Amino acid sequence: MSAAATALRAPGAERPVLRERGQREVFCGLTGIVWLHRKMRDAFFLVVGSRTCAHLLQSAAGVMIFAEPRFATAIIDERDLAGMADANAELDRVVARLLERRPDIGLLFLVGSCPSEVIKLDLARAAKRLDRTASPGVRVLHYSGSGIETTFTQGEDACLAALVPEMPAEAPEAPRSLLVVGALAEVVEDQMRRVFAALGIGPVRFLPPRLAAELPPVGPRTDFLLAQPFLAETARVLEERGATRIGAPFPLGAEGTTLWLRAAADAWGVPPARFREATAAGEKRAREAVGRHRAALAGQRVFFFPDSQLEIPMARFLARELGMEPIEVGTPYLHRQHLAEELELLPAGTALSEGQHVERQLDRCRAAKPDLVVCGLGLANPLEAEGIATKWSIELVFTPVQGYDQAGDLAALFTRPLDRRARLRV
Amino acid sequence: MQLALWTYEGPPHVGAMRVAAAMEGVHYVLHAPQGDTYADLLFTMIERSGKRPPVTYTTFQARDLGGDTAELFKATALDAWERFRPQALLVGSSCTAELIQDDPGGLARALGLPVPVVPVELPAYQKKENWGAAETFYQLVRAFAGSRGADDAPRTGGKPSCNILGPTALGFRHRDDLIEVRAMLDRLGVAVNVVAPLGASPADLTRLGEADFNVVLYPEVAGQAARWLERNFRQPATRTVPIGVGATRDFMAEVAALAGIDAPPDEDPSRLPWYSRSVDSTYLTGKRVFVFGDATHAVAAARVARDELGFAVVGLGTYSREFAREVREAARGHGVEALIADDYLDVEQQIAELRPDLVLGTQMERHVAKKHGIPCAVISAPVHVQDFPARHSPQMGAEGANVLFDTWVHPLMMGLEEHLLGMFRDDPEFGEGAAPSHLGAAVEAPLPAVGDAVGWAADAEQELRKIPFFVRGKARRNTERFALERGVGTITVETLYDAKAHYAR
Ligand code: SF4
Ligand code: SF4
Repeated sequence: MSAAATALRAPGAERPVLRERGQREVFCGLTGIVWLHRKMRDAFFLVVGSRTCAHLLQSAAGVMIFAEPRFATAIIDERDLAGMADANAELDRVVARLLERRPDIGLLFLVGSCPSEVIKLDLARAAKRLDRTASPGVRVLHYSGSGIETTFTQGEDACLAALVPEMPAEAPEAPRSLLVVGALAEVVEDQMRRVFAALGIGPVRFLPPRLAAELPPVGPRTDFLLAQPFLAETARVLEERGATRIGAPFPLGAEGTTLWLRAAADAWGVPPARFREATAAGEKRAREAVGRHRAALAGQRVFFFPDSQLEIPMARFLARELGMEPIEVGTPYLHRQHLAEELELLPAGTALSEGQHVERQLDRCRAAKPDLVVCGLGLANPLEAEGIATKWSIELVFTPVQGYDQAGDLAALFTRPLDRRARLRV
Repeated sequence: MQLALWTYEGPPHVGAMRVAAAMEGVHYVLHAPQGDTYADLLFTMIERSGKRPPVTYTTFQARDLGGDTAELFKATALDAWERFRPQALLVGSSCTAELIQDDPGGLARALGLPVPVVPVELPAYQKKENWGAAETFYQLVRAFAGSRGADDAPRTGGKPSCNILGPTALGFRHRDDLIEVRAMLDRLGVAVNVVAPLGASPADLTRLGEADFNVVLYPEVAGQAARWLERNFRQPATRTVPIGVGATRDFMAEVAALAGIDAPPDEDPSRLPWYSRSVDSTYLTGKRVFVFGDATHAVAAARVARDELGFAVVGLGTYSREFAREVREAARGHGVEALIADDYLDVEQQIAELRPDLVLGTQMERHVAKKHGIPCAVISAPVHVQDFPARHSPQMGAEGANVLFDTWVHPLMMGLEEHLLGMFRDDPEFGEGAAPSHLGAAVEAPLPAVGDAVGWAADAEQELRKIPFFVRGKARRNTERFALERGVGTITVETLYDAKAHYAR
């Protein structure tokens, strides 16, 4: 718990990073299930964990999205721990019951948790076994969403990485293709498809797909663009399968979206004129939409607590397109390579922190008196009660914010708390 | 291993947090991985607390395992003490830390902090939230109240006094119940010595022994501590939970007896008795209700439903396994078999089978009831942001009874209004879309038909249309089910009325 402020050199930017250890106030990777299960409509997520894991999912899903959700928890109990019941046999029984109830499941993820990992329940083996023995037509895969291995959005990374080995190999004479990686809202995917078509880039595919049964092919003729900044492991295994990552900032805001698209266009040799033609209207719309929020946000000082790994791209967007001043940008994990282009764009003098000691960070935050704090749900109301305006970071993950036509909505997420305070006379 | 989709209770350490967060001067150091910090949002978002719960998590990671998780615990506890300077440190493990067996109690004591350390061991693979709250409260009471002898405290002279035990953070209407119960005790002339856990500090707990008796509001949380106090300080405890007019009256009598005073006439009567007798309430008669919740609220609600609103209790159950015996007994009194279940699918199944007119349940049953098109009112935790209304909205005492009347009756069709709608249903300007104004547009949604296996003869269809639209969906469903069960292929006017007779119990 020492105050380990290690000065590290981020590539392309001469900036120190404060690395901290202490209490992390960040969800674990199980949380990703909340959006992943809605994205892949034939997939079911079975957490093998404790009552805590079940409670986390239920609480993070907020209002209990009812009907029968496409996720559940196999709660380990005393008998499993005492060896009175064979945990593997128990798991088989639970899975059999589940598949019987839910014939609509095409892909079942066994999701590891802290308890399953600490008792060394081998879910990789269990998944292999169940893949053979479970009903025909049901694939069984596994990944870890445990809090000892993953933070919040890293659960999506682990899930997508588990899908990569299942992706079919591209045909030997397949044309070059583009893969967009990271869960996006369907409306955003459709917009991106249209822009890539206008650029003459294609075929374009998405990971995760809308149906797990429709995994896109991958191979040496696949280029991929990350749509989210937290996909370190997924990128690594895609590269292992021969795909090439196109480095780019992330498609947040007008500038971010243009740079993201341009990285693909450059890699595909799209002529500049065609690029301008395909993107000018969208970029203009985005700039105008974002511009409407500039007056409210310019000059305002913003402080980010670590949460989703989206903090650095968000800070870049707020600084460059809205004139905000990021004072500290905390991230649970800083992937220097994937964020190289982002770090280049971030204003010099922006303090970066990685990891967390939440109490010390709160001290810094109070001392800095920011105009807006971006933080998790556990901290938001207490900071508001201290008179500090906040924006819940989880909304940045649950709301469609990528691409030109969402840039205005993204800006609005930050304006709203300030607007609200300005209106209230109570 | 148990398959869980939604759970009624969190893990036991969340119960401990509810106690710690309710108290002053207690800080809880929890050995747990980072994801467990989600529990903070229960307090800050659901209860809209302006303070973080007084909890520090060690947030150990995989790389700490096998190495230094014990050291990490000690460093975290020291850090937390230095920063928060609590009067007492509560220490324990979450489910994951329980597996690595670091002994937070021993580690924290080894630090030699100048404040008491209270270890709570909460078997996470066995027990649940309410049990965790009860155990934590009990350990705190033992640790602090026990530090004084049973007899060295002169009881407050003159006025009889009591402690109020049970209200916690994140409790279902605990905040408002407490106000009602305090007012009741005040009217009786009974002084309140300590309220705990809500608002109490460890120093307050040392004074528990000074009261003459204990008022136990929520046995799920305070029962164990109250039994210990009874044994050690010869402090009797109340058994009645004052939810409903009758229970409130019984409670007042019980308190008066324990305090050795005469119960004064009830000066603050509820409107429930008159509202229930007023003619508009006639339509409530015999409405079939299904009741489910924690044991205390479910048992109390069933009594109110039957005795004070004239409903018929057709099902009663709880997820509080620790109180299964009490609930079974209450259910017998209603002539039904208790449902003891923590799987909401079992509860849903029973609701689907019973097809009650009203469900009194938790947020979980609210969803189930909505899915089945049955009116519902929420009577118990697990809590939702809606269960912390801005207005005063108790369940206990006279005002609590008023709240019960309003919230249970509101989802049902208003009596006179029901008749008027029936009378005017053919007026063109009235139209079929007209729903009682308090129900908004919600009742319009047609209920799904049972299946295509049965058809409707034209005249039966015609007859069905004469049934008021707001019960037509149910009539259609019941008739189709009736036909299906009897293998009737085509529903005739006869079938329609046979079904009506069948379901009109
Ligand atoms: S941190 Fe671990 S134990 Fe806690 S909810 Fe996440 S996976 Fe479960
Ligand atoms: S609709 Fe509104 S006004 Fe009419 S009876 Fe119902 S609550 Fe009263």
